Amino acid sequence: MTELRALYQEVILDHNKHPRNFHAVDPHSHQANGYNPLCGDKVHVQLRTNGDGCIEAIGFQGEGCAISTASASIMTESLKGHSIEQARAISERFHRLVTDDNAQADASLGKLGVLAGVRAYPMRVKCATLAWHTLQAALNEEDEVVAE
Amino acid sequence: MSLDVANTSAAAHGLDIAGLRADFPLLQRPMNGRRLAFLDSAASAQKPQCVIDAERECYETYYANIHRGVYALSQQSTQRYEAVRKIVKRFINAPDEREVVFVRGATEAINLVAQSFVRPKLSAGDEILITGMEHHANIVPWQLVAEATGAKLVVAPVLDNGELDMATLAEQISERTRFVSVVHVSNTLGTINPVSDIIALAHAKGIPVLVDGAQSAPHMPVDVQALGADFYCFSAHKTYGPSGAGVLWGRLEHLQAMPPYQGGGDMIRNVTFAQSDYADPPQRFEAGTPNIAGVIAMGTGLEYIESVGREPIVAHEQHLLAYANAQLEAIEGFRVIGTAPHKTGVISFVLEGIHPHDIGTILDMEGVAVRSGHHCTQPLMERFAVPATTRASFGLYNDEADVDALVSGLHRVKAMLSQ
Repeated sequence: MTELRALYQEVILDHNKHPRNFHAVDPHSHQANGYNPLCGDKVHVQLRTNGDGCIEAIGFQGEGCAISTASASIMTESLKGHSIEQARAISERFHRLVTDDNAQADASLGKLGVLAGVRAYPMRVKCATLAWHTLQAALNEEDEVVAE
Repeated sequence: MSLDVANTSAAAHGLDIAGLRADFPLLQRPMNGRRLAFLDSAASAQKPQCVIDAERECYETYYANIHRGVYALSQQSTQRYEAVRKIVKRFINAPDEREVVFVRGATEAINLVAQSFVRPKLSAGDEILITGMEHHANIVPWQLVAEATGAKLVVAPVLDNGELDMATLAEQISERTRFVSVVHVSNTLGTINPVSDIIALAHAKGIPVLVDGAQSAPHMPVDVQALGADFYCFSAHKTYGPSGAGVLWGRLEHLQAMPPYQGGGDMIRNVTFAQSDYADPPQRFEAGTPNIAGVIAMGTGLEYIESVGREPIVAHEQHLLAYANAQLEAIEGFRVIGTAPHKTGVISFVLEGIHPHDIGTILDMEGVAVRSGHHCTQPLMERFAVPATTRASFGLYNDEADVDALVSGLHRVKAMLSQ
Protein backbone atom coordinates (compact mmCIF):
# COMPACT_ATOMS: atom_id res chain seq x y z
CA MET A 1 0.00 0.00 0.00
CA THR A 2 3.00 2.30 -0.34
CA GLU A 3 1.62 4.09 -3.43
CA LEU A 4 -1.66 4.75 -1.68
CA ARG A 5 0.12 6.07 1.39
CA ALA A 6 2.17 8.34 -0.86
CA LEU A 7 -1.07 9.97 -2.00
CA TYR A 8 -3.10 9.82 1.19
CA GLN A 9 -0.42 10.89 3.66
CA GLU A 10 -1.31 11.40 7.30
CA VAL A 11 -1.10 15.18 6.92
CA ILE A 12 -3.64 15.03 4.09
CA LEU A 13 -5.97 12.72 6.01
CA ASP A 14 -5.72 15.04 9.01
CA HIS A 15 -6.51 18.19 7.02
CA ASN A 16 -9.41 16.35 5.36
CA LYS A 17 -10.89 15.39 8.71
CA HIS A 18 -10.13 18.72 10.37
CA PRO A 19 -9.90 21.40 7.69
CA ARG A 20 -8.22 24.60 8.92
CA ASN A 21 -9.70 28.04 8.24
CA PHE A 22 -12.90 26.40 7.06
CA HIS A 23 -15.05 29.49 7.42
CA ALA A 24 -16.10 32.73 5.79
CA VAL A 25 -13.86 35.80 6.06
CA ASP A 26 -15.93 38.87 6.87
CA PRO A 27 -15.12 41.51 5.86
CA HIS A 28 -12.94 40.36 2.96
CA SER A 29 -11.03 42.18 0.24
CA HIS A 30 -10.87 39.33 -2.27
CA GLN A 31 -13.11 36.35 -2.98
CA ALA A 32 -13.91 33.86 -5.74
CA ASN A 33 -15.87 30.65 -6.38
CA GLY A 34 -14.21 27.66 -7.99
CA TYR A 35 -16.07 24.79 -9.62
CA ASN A 36 -15.00 21.55 -11.22
CA PRO A 37 -17.99 20.28 -13.22
CA LEU A 38 -16.36 16.88 -13.76
CA CYS A 39 -16.54 15.92 -10.11
CA GLY A 40 -18.95 18.55 -8.84
CA ASP A 41 -16.40 19.99 -6.42
CA LYS A 42 -17.04 23.56 -5.30
CA VAL A 43 -14.82 25.83 -3.27
CA HIS A 44 -15.29 29.41 -2.09
CA VAL A 45 -12.10 31.26 -1.11
CA GLN A 46 -12.17 34.57 0.76
CA LEU A 47 -9.28 36.63 2.11
CA ARG A 48 -8.51 40.04 3.58
CA THR A 49 -5.34 42.03 3.13
CA ASN A 50 -4.12 44.63 5.60
CA GLY A 51 -2.73 48.10 4.89
CA ASP A 52 0.65 46.61 3.91
CA GLY A 53 -0.92 44.33 1.31
CA CYS A 54 -0.36 41.25 3.47
CA ILE A 55 -2.96 38.48 3.81
CA GLU A 56 -4.16 38.81 7.39
CA ALA A 57 -7.15 36.46 7.10
CA ILE A 58 -7.98 33.69 4.64
CA GLY A 59 -10.63 30.98 4.68
CA PHE A 60 -12.43 28.53 2.44
CA GLN A 61 -15.77 26.77 2.27
CA GLY A 62 -17.25 24.18 -0.01
CA GLU A 63 -17.28 20.47 -0.67
CA GLY A 64 -14.74 18.26 -2.32
CA CYS A 65 -12.68 15.13 -2.04
CA ALA A 66 -9.95 14.54 0.56
CA ILE A 67 -7.24 15.80 -1.79
CA SER A 68 -9.09 19.00 -2.68
CA THR A 69 -10.13 19.70 0.93
CA ALA A 70 -6.62 19.09 2.28
CA SER A 71 -5.06 21.21 -0.47
CA ALA A 72 -7.40 24.12 0.29
CA SER A 73 -6.82 23.76 4.02
CA ILE A 74 -3.01 23.67 3.77
CA MET A 75 -3.17 26.54 1.26
CA THR A 76 -4.91 28.81 3.75
CA GLU A 77 -2.34 27.92 6.43
CA SER A 78 0.57 28.50 4.08
CA LEU A 79 -0.52 31.88 2.76
CA LYS A 80 -1.52 33.68 5.93
CA GLY A 81 0.90 36.52 6.63
CA HIS A 82 2.30 36.56 3.10
CA SER A 83 1.98 39.44 0.63
CA ILE A 84 -0.13 38.97 -2.48
CA GLU A 85 3.03 38.79 -4.56
CA GLN A 86 4.45 36.08 -2.33
CA ALA A 87 1.13 34.23 -2.51
CA ARG A 88 1.26 34.26 -6.30
CA ALA A 89 4.84 32.96 -6.24
CA ILE A 90 3.92 30.13 -3.83
CA SER A 91 0.94 29.30 -6.01
CA GLU A 92 3.18 28.99 -9.07
CA ARG A 93 5.67 26.79 -7.23
CA PHE A 94 2.82 24.61 -5.98
CA HIS A 95 1.47 24.14 -9.51
CA ARG A 96 4.90 23.03 -10.68
CA LEU A 97 5.15 20.64 -7.75
CA VAL A 98 1.92 18.81 -8.60
CA THR A 99 2.29 18.83 -12.40
CA ASP A 100 6.02 18.63 -13.19
CA ASP A 101 7.65 15.25 -12.48
CA ASN A 102 11.04 16.93 -12.06
CA ALA A 103 9.91 19.56 -9.57
CA GLN A 104 11.26 19.19 -6.03
CA ALA A 105 9.43 20.30 -2.92
CA ASP A 106 11.71 23.01 -1.58
CA ALA A 107 11.53 24.25 1.98
CA SER A 108 9.61 27.35 0.95
CA LEU A 109 6.56 25.15 0.20
CA GLY A 110 6.63 23.66 3.69
CA LYS A 111 3.73 21.33 4.41
CA LEU A 112 2.45 21.69 0.82
CA GLY A 113 5.13 19.18 -0.17
CA VAL A 114 2.87 16.33 1.00
CA LEU A 115 0.66 16.94 -2.05
CA ALA A 116 3.45 16.07 -4.53
CA GLY A 117 2.17 12.47 -4.59
CA VAL A 118 -0.84 13.55 -6.64
CA ARG A 119 1.46 13.80 -9.69
CA ALA A 120 1.20 10.02 -10.07
CA TYR A 121 -2.59 10.35 -10.48
CA PRO A 122 -3.26 12.60 -13.50
CA MET A 123 -7.03 12.39 -12.96
CA ARG A 124 -6.60 13.81 -9.47
CA VAL A 125 -4.31 16.77 -10.14
CA LYS A 126 -7.32 19.05 -10.65
CA CYS A 127 -8.53 18.10 -7.19
CA ALA A 128 -5.29 19.47 -5.70
CA THR A 129 -5.30 22.64 -7.79
CA LEU A 130 -8.97 23.74 -7.59
CA ALA A 131 -8.50 25.88 -4.47
CA TRP A 132 -5.37 27.45 -5.99
CA HIS A 133 -7.10 28.30 -9.26
CA THR A 134 -9.81 29.88 -7.13
CA LEU A 135 -7.22 31.81 -5.13
CA GLN A 136 -5.69 33.17 -8.35
CA ALA A 137 -9.15 34.21 -9.56
CA ALA A 138 -9.72 36.02 -6.26
CA LEU A 139 -6.38 37.82 -6.52
CA ASN A 140 -7.20 38.76 -10.13
CA GLU A 141 -10.58 40.07 -8.95
CA GLU A 142 -12.49 37.49 -10.99
CA ASP A 143 -15.56 36.10 -9.28
CA GLU A 144 -15.57 32.62 -10.71
CA VAL A 145 -13.31 30.01 -12.16
CA VAL A 146 -14.26 26.72 -13.78
CA ALA A 147 -11.49 24.15 -13.77
CA GLU A 148 -11.79 20.65 -15.15
CA MET B 1 -38.05 -12.88 -18.40
CA SER B 2 -37.95 -13.14 -14.64
CA LEU B 3 -36.00 -10.52 -12.78
CA ASP B 4 -37.12 -11.77 -9.41
CA VAL B 5 -33.95 -11.65 -7.35
CA ALA B 6 -35.20 -14.17 -4.81
CA ASN B 7 -35.58 -16.84 -7.46
CA THR B 8 -32.06 -16.62 -8.80
CA SER B 9 -28.98 -18.24 -7.39
CA ALA B 10 -25.46 -19.07 -8.45
CA ALA B 11 -26.50 -22.59 -9.32
CA ALA B 12 -29.70 -21.67 -11.10
CA HIS B 13 -28.08 -20.02 -14.11
CA GLY B 14 -25.71 -22.89 -14.76
CA LEU B 15 -22.94 -20.67 -16.10
CA ASP B 16 -19.30 -21.63 -15.70
CA ILE B 17 -18.10 -18.19 -14.66
CA ALA B 18 -14.47 -19.28 -14.23
CA GLY B 19 -14.58 -20.59 -17.80
CA LEU B 20 -16.13 -17.36 -19.07
CA ARG B 21 -13.51 -15.26 -17.26
CA ALA B 22 -10.83 -17.28 -19.02
CA ASP B 23 -12.25 -16.02 -22.35
CA PHE B 24 -11.19 -12.46 -21.44
CA PRO B 25 -7.42 -11.94 -21.65
CA LEU B 26 -7.47 -8.58 -19.87
CA LEU B 27 -9.13 -10.08 -16.79
CA GLN B 28 -6.08 -12.30 -16.33
CA ARG B 29 -3.76 -9.35 -15.61
CA PRO B 30 -3.18 -8.28 -12.04
CA MET B 31 -3.97 -4.71 -11.01
CA ASN B 32 -1.72 -3.03 -8.45
CA GLY B 33 -0.62 -6.43 -7.25
CA ARG B 34 -4.17 -7.71 -6.78
CA ARG B 35 -6.60 -9.82 -8.75
CA LEU B 36 -8.42 -7.36 -11.03
CA ALA B 37 -12.08 -6.85 -10.11
CA PHE B 38 -13.41 -5.04 -13.18
CA LEU B 39 -16.70 -3.43 -12.15
CA ASP B 40 -17.16 -0.81 -14.88
CA SER B 41 -18.85 -2.72 -17.70
CA ALA B 42 -21.64 -0.14 -17.85
CA ALA B 43 -19.04 2.28 -19.21
CA SER B 44 -17.44 -0.27 -21.52
CA ALA B 45 -17.09 -4.03 -21.41
CA GLN B 46 -13.90 -6.07 -21.74
CA LYS B 47 -13.43 -8.14 -24.89
CA PRO B 48 -13.35 -11.94 -25.21
CA GLN B 49 -10.56 -13.58 -27.20
CA CYS B 50 -12.97 -14.44 -30.04
CA VAL B 51 -13.73 -10.73 -30.62
CA ILE B 52 -10.04 -9.82 -30.59
CA ASP B 53 -9.34 -12.71 -32.98
CA ALA B 54 -12.16 -11.70 -35.33
CA GLU B 55 -10.76 -8.22 -35.76
CA ARG B 56 -7.21 -9.51 -36.21
CA GLU B 57 -8.30 -12.26 -38.62
CA CYS B 58 -10.02 -9.65 -40.78
CA TYR B 59 -6.87 -7.54 -41.08
CA GLU B 60 -4.56 -10.53 -41.43
CA THR B 61 -6.44 -12.64 -43.94
CA TYR B 62 -9.21 -10.99 -45.96
CA TYR B 63 -9.35 -7.22 -45.38
CA ALA B 64 -10.19 -4.87 -48.26
CA ASN B 65 -12.68 -2.07 -48.74
CA ILE B 66 -16.25 -3.24 -49.11
CA HIS B 67 -19.06 -2.94 -51.68
CA ARG B 68 -17.01 -1.81 -54.70
CA GLY B 69 -14.14 -4.15 -55.47
CA VAL B 70 -14.74 -7.11 -57.76
CA TYR B 71 -11.71 -8.94 -56.44
CA ALA B 72 -11.91 -11.77 -53.93
CA LEU B 73 -10.71 -9.87 -50.84
CA SER B 74 -13.26 -7.11 -51.28
CA GLN B 75 -16.01 -9.62 -51.86
CA GLN B 76 -15.08 -11.58 -48.74
CA SER B 77 -14.92 -8.42 -46.60
CA THR B 78 -18.26 -7.31 -48.00
CA GLN B 79 -19.82 -10.67 -47.30
CA ARG B 80 -18.52 -10.79 -43.70
CA TYR B 81 -19.58 -7.18 -43.05
CA GLU B 82 -23.06 -7.67 -44.50
CA ALA B 83 -23.49 -10.97 -42.63
CA VAL B 84 -23.45 -9.00 -39.35
CA ARG B 85 -26.84 -7.50 -40.29
CA LYS B 86 -28.34 -11.00 -40.00
CA ILE B 87 -26.70 -11.47 -36.58
CA VAL B 88 -28.11 -8.13 -35.38
CA LYS B 89 -31.53 -8.94 -36.85
CA ARG B 90 -31.60 -12.13 -34.77
CA PHE B 91 -30.07 -10.45 -31.69
CA ILE B 92 -32.83 -7.86 -31.40
CA ASN B 93 -35.51 -9.82 -33.32
CA ALA B 94 -35.80 -7.23 -36.08
CA PRO B 95 -38.19 -8.14 -38.88
CA ASP B 96 -35.85 -7.19 -41.73
CA GLU B 97 -32.05 -6.92 -41.97
CA ARG B 98 -32.38 -3.84 -44.21
CA GLU B 99 -33.48 -2.07 -41.02
CA VAL B 100 -30.03 -2.55 -39.43
CA VAL B 101 -27.84 0.54 -39.92
CA PHE B 102 -24.22 0.39 -38.79
CA VAL B 103 -23.08 3.50 -36.94
CA ARG B 104 -20.22 4.43 -34.62
CA GLY B 105 -22.32 3.83 -31.53
CA ALA B 106 -25.56 4.71 -29.76
CA THR B 107 -24.60 8.39 -29.64
CA GLU B 108 -24.33 8.61 -33.42
CA ALA B 109 -27.57 6.62 -33.81
CA ILE B 110 -29.52 9.13 -31.70
CA ASN B 111 -27.99 12.09 -33.53
CA LEU B 112 -28.90 10.45 -36.84
CA VAL B 113 -32.55 10.02 -35.83
CA ALA B 114 -32.68 13.53 -34.33
CA GLN B 115 -31.36 15.17 -37.49
CA SER B 116 -32.84 12.99 -40.25
CA PHE B 117 -36.15 11.80 -38.82
CA VAL B 118 -37.26 14.28 -36.18
CA ARG B 119 -35.83 17.65 -37.15
CA PRO B 120 -37.70 17.93 -40.49
CA LYS B 121 -40.99 17.35 -38.62
CA LEU B 122 -40.46 20.07 -35.99
CA SER B 123 -41.97 23.54 -35.80
CA ALA B 124 -41.71 26.16 -33.09
CA GLY B 125 -43.63 25.05 -29.99
CA ASP B 126 -43.48 21.33 -30.79
CA GLU B 127 -42.27 19.05 -28.04
CA ILE B 128 -39.81 16.19 -27.71
CA LEU B 129 -40.31 14.03 -24.64
CA ILE B 130 -37.36 12.44 -22.86
CA THR B 131 -36.90 11.35 -19.24
CA GLY B 132 -34.96 12.67 -16.27
CA MET B 133 -32.61 9.69 -16.31
CA GLU B 134 -31.24 10.10 -19.83
CA HIS B 135 -27.55 9.90 -20.64
CA HIS B 136 -26.21 13.14 -22.11
CA ALA B 137 -26.26 11.31 -25.48
CA ASN B 138 -30.06 11.27 -25.30
CA ILE B 139 -30.34 14.90 -24.13
CA VAL B 140 -27.94 17.01 -26.15
CA PRO B 141 -28.97 15.80 -29.67
CA TRP B 142 -32.54 16.86 -28.85
CA GLN B 143 -31.39 20.23 -27.51
CA LEU B 144 -29.59 20.77 -30.81
CA VAL B 145 -32.72 20.13 -32.91
CA ALA B 146 -34.89 22.06 -30.45
CA GLU B 147 -32.60 25.07 -30.68
CA ALA B 148 -32.64 24.92 -34.47
CA THR B 149 -36.43 24.65 -34.77
CA GLY B 150 -37.91 26.40 -31.73
CA ALA B 151 -39.19 23.10 -30.38
CA LYS B 152 -38.85 22.35 -26.68
CA LEU B 153 -37.66 19.49 -24.57
CA VAL B 154 -40.12 18.01 -22.05
CA VAL B 155 -38.60 15.84 -19.33
CA ALA B 156 -40.51 13.10 -17.52
CA PRO B 157 -39.61 13.10 -13.82
CA VAL B 158 -37.85 10.35 -11.87
CA LEU B 159 -39.24 9.09 -8.54
CA ASP B 160 -37.13 8.84 -5.39
CA ASN B 161 -36.47 5.12 -5.93
CA GLY B 162 -35.20 5.72 -9.45
CA GLU B 163 -38.33 4.65 -11.31
CA LEU B 164 -40.01 6.85 -13.88
CA ASP B 165 -43.04 8.82 -12.77
CA MET B 166 -45.30 7.12 -15.31
CA ALA B 167 -48.44 9.03 -14.29
CA THR B 168 -46.76 12.35 -15.06
CA LEU B 169 -45.16 10.97 -18.21
CA ALA B 170 -48.59 9.91 -19.50
CA GLU B 171 -49.86 13.47 -18.98
CA GLN B 172 -46.79 14.94 -20.66
CA ILE B 173 -47.57 13.25 -23.97
CA SER B 174 -49.49 16.08 -25.58
CA GLU B 175 -50.86 17.30 -28.90
CA ARG B 176 -47.52 19.02 -29.41
CA THR B 177 -45.38 15.95 -28.77
CA ARG B 178 -43.64 14.94 -31.99
CA PHE B 179 -41.21 12.34 -30.68
CA VAL B 180 -40.39 10.34 -27.56
CA SER B 181 -36.82 9.19 -26.83
CA VAL B 182 -36.32 7.09 -23.75
CA VAL B 183 -33.55 5.03 -22.20
CA HIS B 184 -34.34 1.32 -21.84
CA VAL B 185 -32.01 0.82 -18.84
CA SER B 186 -30.47 3.72 -16.92
CA ASN B 187 -26.66 3.61 -16.95
CA THR B 188 -26.58 5.35 -13.57
CA LEU B 189 -29.55 3.86 -11.71
CA GLY B 190 -29.86 0.48 -13.41
CA THR B 191 -33.63 1.02 -13.63
CA ILE B 192 -35.32 -1.05 -16.34
CA ASN B 193 -37.95 1.28 -17.73
CA PRO B 194 -41.37 0.04 -18.86
CA VAL B 195 -40.64 1.06 -22.44
CA SER B 196 -43.41 -1.02 -24.02
CA ASP B 197 -45.93 0.87 -21.84
CA ILE B 198 -44.37 4.18 -22.87
CA ILE B 199 -44.47 3.13 -26.52
CA ALA B 200 -48.14 2.14 -26.21
CA LEU B 201 -48.97 5.55 -24.69
CA ALA B 202 -47.09 7.36 -27.45
CA HIS B 203 -48.45 5.24 -30.29
CA ALA B 204 -51.98 5.85 -29.08
CA LYS B 205 -51.33 9.44 -30.16
CA GLY B 206 -49.38 8.49 -33.27
CA ILE B 207 -46.01 9.50 -31.83
CA PRO B 208 -42.90 7.48 -32.73
CA VAL B 209 -40.45 6.34 -30.05
CA LEU B 210 -36.70 5.73 -29.93
CA VAL B 211 -35.37 3.33 -27.29
CA ASP B 212 -31.76 3.90 -26.21
CA GLY B 213 -30.62 0.32 -25.69
CA ALA B 214 -26.97 0.95 -24.80
CA GLN B 215 -27.48 -0.64 -21.37
CA SER B 216 -30.14 -3.22 -22.29
CA ALA B 217 -28.54 -4.94 -25.28
CA PRO B 218 -25.65 -6.41 -23.22
CA HIS B 219 -27.74 -7.49 -20.25
CA MET B 220 -31.15 -8.84 -21.26
CA PRO B 221 -33.08 -10.33 -24.16
CA VAL B 222 -34.22 -7.61 -26.56
CA ASP B 223 -37.13 -7.96 -28.96
CA VAL B 224 -37.77 -4.72 -30.83
CA GLN B 225 -41.03 -6.09 -32.24
CA ALA B 226 -42.37 -7.03 -28.83
CA LEU B 227 -41.35 -3.61 -27.51
CA GLY B 228 -43.10 -1.99 -30.47
CA ALA B 229 -40.27 0.53 -30.86
CA ASP B 230 -39.74 2.69 -33.91
CA PHE B 231 -35.99 2.95 -33.36
CA TYR B 232 -33.57 1.07 -31.11
CA CYS B 233 -29.84 1.59 -30.81
CA PHE B 234 -26.81 0.22 -28.99
CA SER B 235 -23.00 0.38 -28.95
CA ALA B 236 -20.74 -2.59 -29.70
CA HIS B 237 -18.21 -1.69 -27.02
CA LYS B 238 -20.78 -2.45 -24.33
CA THR B 239 -21.79 -5.76 -25.95
CA TYR B 240 -18.24 -7.16 -25.58
CA GLY B 241 -17.31 -5.86 -29.04
CA PRO B 242 -14.92 -3.16 -30.23
CA SER B 243 -15.35 0.58 -29.76
CA GLY B 244 -16.36 2.70 -32.73
CA ALA B 245 -19.13 0.40 -33.96
CA GLY B 246 -22.82 0.23 -33.14
CA VAL B 247 -26.31 -0.25 -34.45
CA LEU B 248 -29.30 1.87 -35.27
CA TRP B 249 -32.35 -0.24 -35.92
CA GLY B 250 -35.35 1.57 -37.38
CA ARG B 251 -38.61 0.53 -38.99
CA LEU B 252 -38.13 0.28 -42.72
CA GLU B 253 -40.94 2.71 -43.53
CA HIS B 254 -39.22 5.34 -41.38
CA LEU B 255 -35.75 4.72 -42.81
CA GLN B 256 -37.10 4.83 -46.36
CA ALA B 257 -38.71 8.21 -45.73
CA MET B 258 -35.61 9.74 -44.13
CA PRO B 259 -33.05 11.91 -45.91
CA PRO B 260 -29.37 10.95 -45.50
CA TYR B 261 -27.57 12.01 -42.33
CA GLN B 262 -24.16 12.44 -43.94
CA GLY B 263 -23.21 12.64 -47.60
CA GLY B 264 -20.35 10.78 -49.21
CA GLY B 265 -19.39 7.58 -50.93
CA ASP B 266 -21.34 4.35 -50.53
CA MET B 267 -24.66 6.07 -49.75
CA ILE B 268 -25.60 7.07 -53.30
CA ARG B 269 -27.04 5.41 -56.35
CA ASN B 270 -25.91 7.97 -58.90
CA VAL B 271 -24.05 11.27 -58.58
CA THR B 272 -23.92 14.17 -61.03
CA PHE B 273 -23.02 17.75 -60.20
CA ALA B 274 -26.67 18.61 -60.71
CA GLN B 275 -28.08 16.01 -58.34
CA SER B 276 -27.47 12.74 -56.51
CA ASP B 277 -29.86 9.86 -55.99
CA TYR B 278 -29.56 8.26 -52.60
CA ALA B 279 -29.16 4.57 -52.00
CA ASP B 280 -31.86 2.65 -50.18
CA PRO B 281 -31.55 1.99 -46.44
CA PRO B 282 -29.36 0.91 -44.80
CA GLN B 283 -26.60 2.08 -47.21
CA ARG B 284 -28.21 5.54 -47.37
CA PHE B 285 -27.02 6.11 -43.79
CA GLU B 286 -23.55 4.61 -44.12
CA ALA B 287 -21.58 7.29 -45.96
CA GLY B 288 -17.88 6.69 -46.37
CA THR B 289 -15.81 3.63 -45.55
CA PRO B 290 -17.28 2.25 -42.33
CA ASN B 291 -15.55 0.52 -39.41
CA ILE B 292 -15.33 -2.73 -41.40
CA ALA B 293 -13.31 -4.87 -39.01
CA GLY B 294 -15.10 -3.31 -36.04
CA VAL B 295 -18.54 -4.22 -37.38
CA ILE B 296 -17.39 -7.77 -38.13
CA ALA B 297 -15.99 -8.13 -34.60
CA MET B 298 -19.20 -6.60 -33.20
CA GLY B 299 -21.04 -9.52 -34.82
CA THR B 300 -18.68 -11.93 -33.06
CA GLY B 301 -19.40 -10.21 -29.73
CA LEU B 302 -23.14 -10.58 -30.23
CA GLU B 303 -22.72 -14.26 -31.11
CA TYR B 304 -20.64 -14.65 -27.95
CA ILE B 305 -23.51 -13.23 -25.85
CA GLU B 306 -25.91 -15.59 -27.60
CA SER B 307 -23.63 -18.56 -26.97
CA VAL B 308 -23.52 -17.76 -23.24
CA GLY B 309 -27.29 -17.24 -23.27
CA ARG B 310 -29.29 -14.09 -22.54
CA GLU B 311 -31.46 -15.62 -19.79
CA PRO B 312 -28.49 -17.15 -17.93
CA ILE B 313 -26.74 -13.74 -18.11
CA VAL B 314 -29.80 -12.08 -16.56
CA ALA B 315 -29.94 -14.70 -13.80
CA HIS B 316 -26.22 -14.42 -13.08
CA GLU B 317 -26.17 -10.63 -12.95
CA GLN B 318 -29.30 -10.57 -10.77
CA HIS B 319 -27.63 -13.00 -8.41
CA LEU B 320 -24.55 -10.77 -8.18
CA LEU B 321 -26.76 -7.74 -7.57
CA ALA B 322 -28.53 -9.44 -4.67
CA TYR B 323 -25.25 -10.80 -3.29
CA ALA B 324 -23.66 -7.33 -3.44
CA ASN B 325 -26.64 -5.47 -2.00
CA ALA B 326 -26.80 -7.75 1.03
CA GLN B 327 -23.19 -6.97 1.97
CA LEU B 328 -23.08 -3.32 0.93
CA GLU B 329 -26.22 -2.35 2.82
CA ALA B 330 -24.49 -3.47 6.02
CA ILE B 331 -21.81 -0.77 5.58
CA GLU B 332 -22.61 2.23 7.75
CA GLY B 333 -23.22 5.38 5.74
CA PHE B 334 -23.69 3.44 2.49
CA ARG B 335 -26.64 4.57 0.35
CA VAL B 336 -27.68 3.28 -3.07
CA ILE B 337 -28.97 5.80 -5.62
CA GLY B 338 -31.52 3.83 -7.63
CA THR B 339 -33.51 1.15 -5.84
CA ALA B 340 -36.12 0.34 -8.47
CA PRO B 341 -37.54 -3.19 -8.09
CA HIS B 342 -36.65 -3.95 -11.70
CA LYS B 343 -33.03 -3.06 -12.30
CA THR B 344 -29.89 -4.46 -13.88
CA GLY B 345 -26.52 -5.06 -12.24
CA VAL B 346 -25.70 -1.40 -11.65
CA ILE B 347 -25.04 -0.07 -8.15
CA SER B 348 -24.55 3.69 -7.88
CA PHE B 349 -23.82 4.69 -4.33
CA VAL B 350 -22.58 7.32 -1.96
CA LEU B 351 -20.66 6.79 1.27
CA GLU B 352 -21.55 9.49 3.74
CA GLY B 353 -18.79 12.08 4.11
CA ILE B 354 -16.47 10.46 1.55
CA HIS B 355 -16.01 11.79 -1.97
CA PRO B 356 -16.46 9.35 -4.92
CA HIS B 357 -13.05 10.31 -6.32
CA ASP B 358 -11.31 9.23 -3.13
CA ILE B 359 -13.31 5.99 -3.21
CA GLY B 360 -12.34 5.40 -6.85
CA THR B 361 -8.63 5.99 -6.25
CA ILE B 362 -8.43 3.83 -3.12
CA LEU B 363 -10.45 1.00 -4.71
CA ASP B 364 -8.14 1.15 -7.74
CA MET B 365 -5.17 0.50 -5.49
CA GLU B 366 -7.07 -2.55 -4.21
CA GLY B 367 -7.47 -3.83 -7.78
CA VAL B 368 -11.14 -2.79 -7.98
CA ALA B 369 -12.12 -0.73 -11.06
CA VAL B 370 -15.27 1.35 -10.52
CA ARG B 371 -16.50 4.59 -12.05
CA SER B 372 -16.66 7.82 -10.04
CA GLY B 373 -18.41 10.92 -11.27
CA HIS B 374 -21.68 11.97 -12.86
CA HIS B 375 -21.77 9.13 -15.43
CA CYS B 376 -22.79 11.57 -18.18
CA THR B 377 -26.08 12.11 -16.32
CA GLN B 378 -25.59 15.50 -14.66
CA PRO B 379 -29.33 16.34 -14.51
CA LEU B 380 -29.91 13.04 -12.69
CA MET B 381 -27.17 13.88 -10.16
CA GLU B 382 -28.97 17.16 -9.52
CA ARG B 383 -32.28 15.29 -9.14
CA PHE B 384 -30.77 13.17 -6.36
CA ALA B 385 -28.85 16.14 -4.90
CA VAL B 386 -25.46 14.46 -5.12
CA PRO B 387 -22.48 15.94 -6.99
CA ALA B 388 -21.30 12.51 -8.06
CA THR B 389 -21.60 8.85 -7.20
CA THR B 390 -19.42 5.79 -7.28
CA ARG B 391 -20.80 3.13 -9.59
CA ALA B 392 -20.08 -0.58 -9.66
CA SER B 393 -21.58 -2.41 -12.64
CA PHE B 394 -21.53 -6.06 -13.60
CA GLY B 395 -20.80 -7.94 -16.78
CA LEU B 396 -21.22 -11.63 -17.50
CA TYR B 397 -17.63 -12.28 -16.33
CA ASN B 398 -17.97 -10.88 -12.81
CA ASP B 399 -18.15 -13.22 -9.85
CA GLU B 400 -18.65 -13.15 -6.10
CA ALA B 401 -14.91 -12.60 -5.56
CA ASP B 402 -15.23 -9.28 -7.44
CA VAL B 403 -18.03 -8.24 -5.10
CA ASP B 404 -16.02 -9.35 -2.07
CA ALA B 405 -13.08 -7.22 -3.26
CA LEU B 406 -15.42 -4.23 -3.60
CA VAL B 407 -16.81 -4.72 -0.10
CA SER B 408 -13.42 -5.13 1.57
CA GLY B 409 -12.10 -2.17 -0.45
CA LEU B 410 -14.92 0.00 0.85
CA HIS B 411 -14.10 -1.01 4.41
CA ARG B 412 -10.56 0.15 3.77
CA VAL B 413 -11.85 3.44 2.33
CA LYS B 414 -13.87 4.00 5.46
CA ALA B 415 -10.97 3.14 7.75
CA MET B 416 -8.83 5.75 5.96
CA LEU B 417 -11.28 8.56 5.39
CA SER B 418 -14.16 8.38 7.84
CA GLN B 419 -14.65 11.62 9.68
